[in-house]
Amino acid sequence: MKKGKIVGLEGSFAIAEAVRMVNADVISAYPITPQTHIVERLAEMIADGELDAEFICVESEHSAMSACVGASAAGARVFTCSAGQGLELMHEVLYIPSSMRLPVVAVAANRALSGPLSVWCDHSDVMALRDIGWIQMFAENNQQAFDLTICAFRIAEDKEVLFPAMVHIDGFYLSHVIEDMVLPDDEVVADFIPEYEYPFALDPERPVSMGCYGPPFIYSEAKKAQEVAFESTKPKILETWEEFGDTFGRYYAPVESYKMEDASIALLTMGSIGETAMLAVDEMREEGKGVGLIRLRLWRPFPFTELREAVKDVELLVVLDRALSSGMGGPVCSEVKSALYDKREDMRIVGFIGGLGGRDITIEGFKYMVNRALEYPEIEEEFEIIGVRE
Amino acid sequence: MSAKQKGWKDLELGCVVTEPGSASSTKTGEWRSERPVRDNTKCIKCGICYIYCPEACINEDEEGYFEADLYYCKGCGICAHECPSSAITMIEEEEE
Repeated sequence: MKKGKIVGLEGSFAIAEAVRMVNADVISAYPITPQTHIVERLAEMIADGELDAEFICVESEHSAMSACVGASAAGARVFTCSAGQGLELMHEVLYIPSSMRLPVVAVAANRALSGPLSVWCDHSDVMALRDIGWIQMFAENNQQAFDLTICAFRIAEDKEVLFPAMVHIDGFYLSHVIEDMVLPDDEVVADFIPEYEYPFALDPERPVSMGCYGPPFIYSEAKKAQEVAFESTKPKILETWEEFGDTFGRYYAPVESYKMEDASIALLTMGSIGETAMLAVDEMREEGKGVGLIRLRLWRPFPFTELREAVKDVELLVVLDRALSSGMGGPVCSEVKSALYDKREDMRIVGFIGGLGGRDITIEGFKYMVNRALEYPEIEEEFEIIGVRE
Repeated sequence: MSAKQKGWKDLELGCVVTEPGSASSTKTGEWRSERPVRDNTKCIKCGICYIYCPEACINEDEEGYFEADLYYCKGCGICAHECPSSAITMIEEEEE
């Protein structure tokens, strides 16, 4: 197995390398912290002749996604990235590639939403994107950010998929941190990414109308067709991750477990915080607590089956949200509860919200969550925001 | 509503429309609550109604009169409003 060379690379640069290796045709993006390094590096690669692609400079994220939609409809391999407020400005256009079945690939460097104005990491921006109809996955470190970006192109462009895909990386925690990682040879990545041909690519010999309006007599049918197709992307995602593992030696799964074999208590996280959670699990294990960790790698389509399987022996599930759905609680916790409703009446699920706007969550933070959750049902609140000063 | 309606399995990828000019099959005349009726004794065949029609659904017939195509006419009444000889009246759809 060709594993490539070990390098020290910033998360943003690792993603730019992935986009170069898959030989993207069109990149359109607007700079915004903490995503900027990705597009800066890609612009540099194009200027230096390392990547033969069109870089479309635009005046906003709304235009960036619009340019991506047009380029993708013309049959190009397309990439963009954004973060926080940028994703919000891009928001209405994000529904277009998923409904038009255009395989745009994007990276989101997760950032808090204003206000107060914050450029630092949390998942507020992600949670506003739950319904956009994109395949969405979470990376935990720079290696995964690279790997999942490669996989995103192959999954999105598969003829049986043809949906846009978004890779989430935690802003700063991954985007600006230099880590050691394995960078495979260009040829191995090129072999892993097949030639891409969009079925309705721009062709004067075969004119079609795209993005037409849908009166009431057809809108429901269009949405049903989209949803059935979206739900059936799962086997291709699994197949791609399996083949990626066989080729590169690193395997991914929709739900990844750590020390769950005999765990009666499980933490559930998404994104980079999973690495701290693993350390916390190790320490709690030494203290004699039967704690394990579940990380959601795939966020959309939601991995119902894998989640139910992962928690089948769990008595207490502690869910950490890095976002707050105002007046309601943690969005991930609420979705997890929904996915497990009627399936596990004997399991307690306790939600915590933390890590907002770049606040670090430490090993002690995870220990606090587990200890607090063990007090349940004495906890009266629906959820608790941890680490807040009185 | 069009006569033959597609089910969700009949739709092309991403709702792409492969049939050229398919917008013309959409019966916008369904929206109408009033229709234009012309009095030929007043009509001077000037074609002002033809020029002003926002739906571009008024066509000249063999005798030189301008007739609205009720498959598309939405009943906006602009033709009646603009007619210099007041030859067009808007009639409630329920009336004969």
